[in-house]
Amino acid sequence: MSHDHDHEDADIALRVEAIESLLTEKGIIDTATVDEIVRYYEQDVGPLNGASIVARAWTDPAYRTRLLNSPDLAIAEMGYGGTEASRMVVVANEPKVHNVVVCTLCSCYPWAVLGLPPTWYKSPAYRSRIVREPRAVLREMGVDLPEDVEIRVWDSSAEVRYLVLPERPAGSEALSPAELAALVTRDAMIGTAKVPGPTK
Amino acid sequence: MAASSPKEVLDVDGPAAPPRRNGELVFAAPWESRVFGVTISLHRAGVFEWDEFRQLLIQEIGAWEKQGHGEEEWSYYERWQAALERLLAAKGLCSVDDLEQRVDQLEQRPPDHDH
Repeated sequence: MSHDHDHEDADIALRVEAIESLLTEKGIIDTATVDEIVRYYEQDVGPLNGASIVARAWTDPAYRTRLLNSPDLAIAEMGYGGTEASRMVVVANEPKVHNVVVCTLCSCYPWAVLGLPPTWYKSPAYRSRIVREPRAVLREMGVDLPEDVEIRVWDSSAEVRYLVLPERPAGSEALSPAELAALVTRDAMIGTAKVPGPTK
Repeated sequence: MAASSPKEVLDVDGPAAPPRRNGELVFAAPWESRVFGVTISLHRAGVFEWDEFRQLLIQEIGAWEKQGHGEEEWSYYERWQAALERLLAAKGLCSVDDLEQRVDQLEQRPPDHDH
C-alpha cells in the first residue's frame, strides 16, 4: 500500500513539474516568484497573525468592536491583508454560543490571518460531518460543550472567510497581549478547540 | 504610525511564541508546495479569477467523493492539481497533449539526474 502511494506521489510530482516547466518556458510564471510564494506561506504567514488579532481584541474593547463591525479594516490595521478578493467575518464565542468554521465544498480558509489550512480541515470527513453532527465532532476533537450551548457552523465561500474570536480564558487577567497571543491556537480560531488557561 | 507593529510586540521565536502551524507541516511533499505556488503565481499574473479555479476545485473534489474512495486515498493537492490542469487547458495555456508529452520527456531522464 505504501509502495503504491509512493508511486502515485512520484507520478503526480512529475505532472506538477511538467506544468511548471511548460509555463516557465512560455514566460507566464517564473521559478523565483513561485519560490517566494512557497516560502511566504511556509514561513511568514500563519496562526501567529490571527493570535495577535485575538489578543488585541481581548485587551482593547474599542478594537474588539472594530474587529466585529469592520473586520477587514481592523485586520488591515494590524498589518495583515487579504490575499484573495474575499471578505472577512469575525464571529465571537460567548458563554452560550460556540462558533466553528468549515468549507463544505472545498477548503476556503482565511489565509492572511491563519496561513494555510491543516490537513484535517480539508478532509472529506470533517467537511461533511461538522455540519451534520457538530456536537459529536467537536467532542471527538476535545471540545465537550454542554447541551445548552448553541453551536453555529459557518460555511466559508469564495466571498466570505471566517475567523472565530475565542473566549478569553479564566486566570489570564494579568497577562500581556504577547503572553495572551501565545495561548491562542490555530484550532481555537477555527472553533475546534478552546483557548487553555495559562499554566502556573 | 505610532503603535509598533504586532510582529515587533510578539515574541516570534522565543519560548512565548505561539506555534505557527501547531507542529504540522504546511505541505506534505515538495510537489504540493510547487502546485500551490504555481497556481498563486498564475493568479497574481492575472491569468484567472480566483473563483474560476475554485469552481473547478469544487468539481474535482465533488467528483472524487462520489467515486466512493476510502479516506486513506484522499489527497487534497491531487484534486488541486487536477483542477489546475483543467484550468490551463481551458485557458489554452497548456493542453493535455503538451502536458503528457512533457511528462514523458521528464520520465526519460536518467534516474540519477540532478535537480
